[in-house]
Amino acid sequence: MKRVDRDLGRFRQIVRGKIKKDLRKYMSHGEMIGRQGKRFVSIPVPQIDIPQFRYGAKQSGGVGQGDGDVGDPIGQGDGQQGQGQAGAEPGAHTLEVDVSLEELAAILGEELQLPNIQPKGKKNIVSEKDKYSGIRRTGPNSLRHFKRTYREALRRQISSGDYDVHNPIVVPIRDDMRYRSWKETLLPESNAVIIYMMDVSGSMGTEQKELVRITAFWIETWLRSQYKEIDIRYIVHDAAAKEVDQETFYHIREGGGTKISSAYKLCNRLIDERYPADEWNVYPFHFSDGDNWGGGDTRECIELLKKDLLPKVNLFCYGQVRSLYGSGRFAHDLEEYLGGDDRIVISEIAERDDIYDTIKDFLGKGK
Amino acid sequence: MKSTRLPPQLDAAREEIEQIARDYGLDFFPIIYEVLDYRTLYETAAFGGFPTRYPHWRFGMEFDQLLKGHVWAGSTIYEMVINTNPSYAYLLEGNEDVTQKMVMAHVTGHVDFFKHNMWFAHTNRKMLDTMANHATRIQRIIDRIGYDVVEEFIDTCLSLENLIDYHSPYIRRPEAQSYKPLVDEEEPELVEEGLPVEREYMREFINPPEYLEEQRRKQAAERERQRRFPENPQKDVLLFLMNYAPLERWQHTVLEIIRDEAYYFAPQGMTKILNEGWASYWHSTIMTQKVASAAEIVSFADLHSGVVATGGGRLNPYKLGLELLRDVEDRWNKGKFGKEYDECEDIREKKNWDKGLGLGRQKIFELRKLYNDVTFIDEFLTPEFVIENKLFTFRYNRDTDLYEIASREFKEIKEKLLFRLTNFGQPFIYVEDGNYNNRGELYLRHRHEGVDLKMDYARDTMRNLHKIWTRPVHLETIIDEKKRLLSFDGSDFTERRID
Repeated sequence: MKRVDRDLGRFRQIVRGKIKKDLRKYMSHGEMIGRQGKRFVSIPVPQIDIPQFRYGAKQSGGVGQGDGDVGDPIGQGDGQQGQGQAGAEPGAHTLEVDVSLEELAAILGEELQLPNIQPKGKKNIVSEKDKYSGIRRTGPNSLRHFKRTYREALRRQISSGDYDVHNPIVVPIRDDMRYRSWKETLLPESNAVIIYMMDVSGSMGTEQKELVRITAFWIETWLRSQYKEIDIRYIVHDAAAKEVDQETFYHIREGGGTKISSAYKLCNRLIDERYPADEWNVYPFHFSDGDNWGGGDTRECIELLKKDLLPKVNLFCYGQVRSLYGSGRFAHDLEEYLGGDDRIVISEIAERDDIYDTIKDFLGKGK
Repeated sequence: MKSTRLPPQLDAAREEIEQIARDYGLDFFPIIYEVLDYRTLYETAAFGGFPTRYPHWRFGMEFDQLLKGHVWAGSTIYEMVINTNPSYAYLLEGNEDVTQKMVMAHVTGHVDFFKHNMWFAHTNRKMLDTMANHATRIQRIIDRIGYDVVEEFIDTCLSLENLIDYHSPYIRRPEAQSYKPLVDEEEPELVEEGLPVEREYMREFINPPEYLEEQRRKQAAERERQRRFPENPQKDVLLFLMNYAPLERWQHTVLEIIRDEAYYFAPQGMTKILNEGWASYWHSTIMTQKVASAAEIVSFADLHSGVVATGGGRLNPYKLGLELLRDVEDRWNKGKFGKEYDECEDIREKKNWDKGLGLGRQKIFELRKLYNDVTFIDEFLTPEFVIENKLFTFRYNRDTDLYEIASREFKEIKEKLLFRLTNFGQPFIYVEDGNYNNRGELYLRHRHEGVDLKMDYARDTMRNLHKIWTRPVHLETIIDEKKRLLSFDGSDFTERRID
């Protein structure tokens, strides 16, 4: 272990504590997703710097070296204009720290008290690394366990009376030899698929999609920490549904009406064709503003859920974002007909602050 | 554990370099090199060059950032050397031999500087042991008191770490050494009546009333001054706290350790430009004139240009120090100094001035002995140099949220540069009164030099001061050109105008 690991560990712990404290705030911030790397998220953490009496940078400027005329810009300020807000609040100093996605998921889990998921479905057996955990009597010399061997030899010599206290030479014979042995630990692994469905009819605006995007980020962060492999599929729908890629999913804009059943049908087909329920953990998430075409379609949706979808999925989550136009009727209908079923979660996301609670609703069941 | 000693061919190079350096007149402590893998090197760097430090998260943070800088931005620490006797220097394992040679030449320059520069004269050359002792002492305190409490107190102390008197090791300041304010045993007699007067008509002449009045006022002021505590404004705030704040024994120990370490590192901050310039001067002299083979010279040039690179308008202390030293050497070689030169008005004549004095080397050796960054820049920065090296000042433009080039005038550049270097570029904060309002409140004064404090930091620092002092803390400063008294009573801040 490195000497600095102690301090590094403590530093990480502090960072973690700060993130945890402000998790609700971070969860409603979209920009964090923009800072996401492959395995890390960069998070601005306040007040990790040690405060001292020092000069404010802006009045002072400094001396530089290089070409350029008077008035030429040489660098970007930090974006806080004006002096009025010269830090009336304590601890405006921030530091960017990189947090791995696993770490973030762990924080999320702890803070929201999310239960670990009990996977269902057929378990694919994957063998884990060999672990040297046992002792045996035969083996290669490279695995010889010196201490055990010595002890055996000593025990044998004492019991047979060969041991001389004044000349304590212990010589192991073949029977005394002990070797390390290993066990193969087999771990079941299971895979999961997330199917996002979103209403992209005219009534869903940019802010609504942003809510979906942020919520999706946290869902993925958590589910990735629970499953080894995760497939993600995207379905958009207005009056008809189609499968799209991630980029399109968040940016597409369609007009027209809304027929939710079209998305559920497509989702059902996708599961049947590609993700058989006995091999996969299936998580459909559906976001809409709750507006659906006449009563007939809502009834069809409920039938679809009851008969086809719910039996195949681990959890079906419906998130209803609030929009200017949406009536929000769909959530009520679902609640009315399927509210008692614990395979379905219904949550309303009116504004960014609700994301925290929505995630808790969605993932708090441990399914 | 892997050996960290120099491999034989580098050890031979070390001997060669050190011999050449000695021939040039450098004189240094013995240098012990350790070759470290990058992780260990960064670890050591995070600890400020020392293998053992007390536990604190800040070292972990430093390490994290260094490592990220290395992995993501490809930045590398080539060398690190600590001011001890013998000196320890660290090389990065796997560097090319020519790199290691350059670093060794550079390090030799630093160690010569440590040994001879007067600002280092009072530093503790056994700091390696002292740091280890500090670590042990703090660890013991942690074992006794608990990690969280001690860590919080260390954070508090570090927040005040810069409130020391960088010049105090070199001058004797009475109240800095003593525990009690100096007050004479006997009160001096009051000048009430003046000198004895035998003839009444002489009274006015022997004891003029205005004079008597003035003397009385002086004495009253003197008494007032003596009653104040500290007697004179004290810049070593940490020492003042150690002496007078209600600290527990362990807190006293921690504060003392932090203060000790701050003083140890101070000269390195005071001589950054000169020290790096000096080391760069010698690595380039030694490498180009003696050590680098024909095959190595291109690699060396590449490395060297990386060390002295300037970009993005940034000032590089290696570059500035090196160029200024070379400029001084050149001027003293040619006799470009003194009255006659200064008064010459013919630009061409000045440019081609050469008296063939050859005093350059001697002069820069003098610099390395007697100067620090402030005096170095103050005395040797010339208008020609500023133009030649394209120096400029920059300022923040609030409208565009950009930093812009503000001026290329010599006077402004020099002023700004000196401002950045004086007192480490830290604000001057003094303890004015430890018994303010006669209620044991702490009164600090910020000597305003034209730039306001960063107020959010200042407030948090005052919180920390309050933690130690436990009574209300006041700070006199100037905000937006108005004199203010900022007070913190343990729960709230108040701010009022004073005149």
